[in-house]
Amino acid sequence: MSKTVALTGNLACAHAMRQINPDVVAAYPITPQTTIVEEFSTFVANGQVDTEYVTVESEHSAMSACVGASAAGSRVITATSSQGLALMWEILYIASALRLPIVMHNVNRTLAGPINIHCDHQDSMGARDSGWIQIHCENAQEAYDTTIQAIRIAEDNRVRLPVLVCLDGFIISHAIDRLDMLDDPEVKKFVGEFEPAISMLDPEEPITVGPFDGLHGQFFEFRRAQELATLGSLPVIEEIGKEYGAVSGRPYGLIEEYKLDDAEIAIVVLGSTAGTTRVVVDSLRADGVKAGLLKIRSFRPFPIKQITDALSGVKAVAVLDRSLSPGAIGAPVFQEVRSALYDSESRVPIINFIYGLGGRDVSMGLIKEAYTVLSDIVKDGQVKQTINYLGLRE
Amino acid sequence: MASLRELSKKKDYLTGGHRLCAGCGHSIAVRQVLLASEDPVVVGCATGCLEVSTTIYPYTAWKCSYIHNAFENVAATISGVESAYQALKRRGKVDKELKFVAFGGDGGTYDIGLQSLSGALERGHNMLYVCCDNGAYMNTGIQRSSATPKGAWTTTTPVGSVRPGKPRRRKDLTAICADHNIPYVAQASISHWKDLHAKAAKALQTDGPAFLNILSPCPRGWRHPSDQTVKMAKLGVQTGYWPLYEVENGVWKVTVKVRQPKPVAEWFKLQGRFKHLFAPGNEALLADLQADVDSQRERILARCESTQE
Repeated sequence: MSKTVALTGNLACAHAMRQINPDVVAAYPITPQTTIVEEFSTFVANGQVDTEYVTVESEHSAMSACVGASAAGSRVITATSSQGLALMWEILYIASALRLPIVMHNVNRTLAGPINIHCDHQDSMGARDSGWIQIHCENAQEAYDTTIQAIRIAEDNRVRLPVLVCLDGFIISHAIDRLDMLDDPEVKKFVGEFEPAISMLDPEEPITVGPFDGLHGQFFEFRRAQELATLGSLPVIEEIGKEYGAVSGRPYGLIEEYKLDDAEIAIVVLGSTAGTTRVVVDSLRADGVKAGLLKIRSFRPFPIKQITDALSGVKAVAVLDRSLSPGAIGAPVFQEVRSALYDSESRVPIINFIYGLGGRDVSMGLIKEAYTVLSDIVKDGQVKQTINYLGLRE
Repeated sequence: MASLRELSKKKDYLTGGHRLCAGCGHSIAVRQVLLASEDPVVVGCATGCLEVSTTIYPYTAWKCSYIHNAFENVAATISGVESAYQALKRRGKVDKELKFVAFGGDGGTYDIGLQSLSGALERGHNMLYVCCDNGAYMNTGIQRSSATPKGAWTTTTPVGSVRPGKPRRRKDLTAICADHNIPYVAQASISHWKDLHAKAAKALQTDGPAFLNILSPCPRGWRHPSDQTVKMAKLGVQTGYWPLYEVENGVWKVTVKVRQPKPVAEWFKLQGRFKHLFAPGNEALLADLQADVDSQRERILARCESTQE
């Protein structure tokens, strides 16, 4: 039985953590993630969980303690944002290389400077190559549901990788949203008991974790094995999303298509902006414009086939990126979608819109503007400008 | 207090065949500490000489569970391991008594790992942190750390025509750790095994965080023959450079009294890293270093006197 509640995205995540009741949480406060750890602290203080809660002195130590706790054989969750994720950067790579199933919320916030506490995806894009699975959520419901699924994905024996659950700072984290929560026993049953692949706590079976890969070592092979595990997680994410759907009525996949079947023009986007885009699609459809939306849920691993299949029938595509890669050919999501489409038969025209940096508001009007540019491309048969900016004051 | 004979029969967690240099003080320090544990241990190691030399994949010299994470975070890492232990014990998934010991060099402890160490000490984990202090970044090739003695040559404080080695005195990390008001802190030396063993045993029996700072000479970096390691550590104590003391629940106590410290020059002259101090014209420099060592020793003695019951 589920229950409908009104919660901010952060509190939805904190409640998912309460229901999971992990062995260890090591975390450090940072805006806009703070209310997750505050709420979870209340659950600890009131005995609603019996988690060992480690109040570390930095995000670097948060991730370091998570690595120690996970390698010791416990179920571990943490949360961060922005500068905090950046401070963890070094240890993100170690956590994934050690194949530790740590689950972490990243409440997306830009990276300084200038210092700014608002949403964009610059922080999690920095974790792109770290070997973490990276799933983006559209709203509080998805943040809640994905937290629970992330435990299963991370701990699945076919995967054994850490998972980053991304939710947009303030837009999702601090806005009160309506969502359905599973009952505590349902969550407990869904996540199950953690059966660690390794444990450091059995003196009869000592293990060495994190040895030195010498001068003629196996580094290349380890990194390749990690890549294979990441690619191998694609069907697992789908499978667990389906299984979660059977329990909750809300199935999940790697991507989500909206009115793409007969669409001529499509926007590709991550996170909360998908919600706004959906409304714009409805409004354009009412005017007879064949607009569609592709939301990427799993950014890592990048579901190439699903994306190219979804976009196979359209005549022009715009990728909306909430980050900027100075000096590159467009922003990260654009680069990958365009690269994926390069090998497709249709070789559809594709452009990039960089938007919403540092929390710049993204309105329906701005998204409509992007669709208008796509309509012009279809009409004129040419791309005037590949890299574009939405809402930039010029 | 166990005799040497008894200790020799105990399980050694660090096997021979590791690849530390001949004459390295670290393996002596590690063995002496771990021999003092009555319970199985779980070890964490910061990046450094000890780490790279004991776990060259696919081999390991550790007979206990061991984790290396990165350079600056062994305290946070072992605190995570210990937290997992507390959680799993509470949930009935682990029942054995275990001890948690972190090893770091002076670079990984005094410098880059200080924040992580300070945080772990303040949080009160049931763990022992051991700093194997050889006074420089020996693993990367003898660069100065904040543990390097004033006046010493290193590759980043070379002796040049205008600069005579390291210009600043060292950080007093043992006192810094003591001022975290944790239950047990001590300074020890590989040359005084009884003293070190007693301190390690106390530290491991402590309920809560404990810190041991161990003087561990490095023949490569100190520029002394590899068969002189223990002698170098002993002279460090006898000259008053490295007073042996402990701070138990806030009470400071000298554990090995050095009534008449030898001149620090007697220790310096046996080490190539101080060779320049004996060149003509550097007499004032040497006198200044002696004064530094004296004042540091006196400060520790004063704290011992002021907190004695």
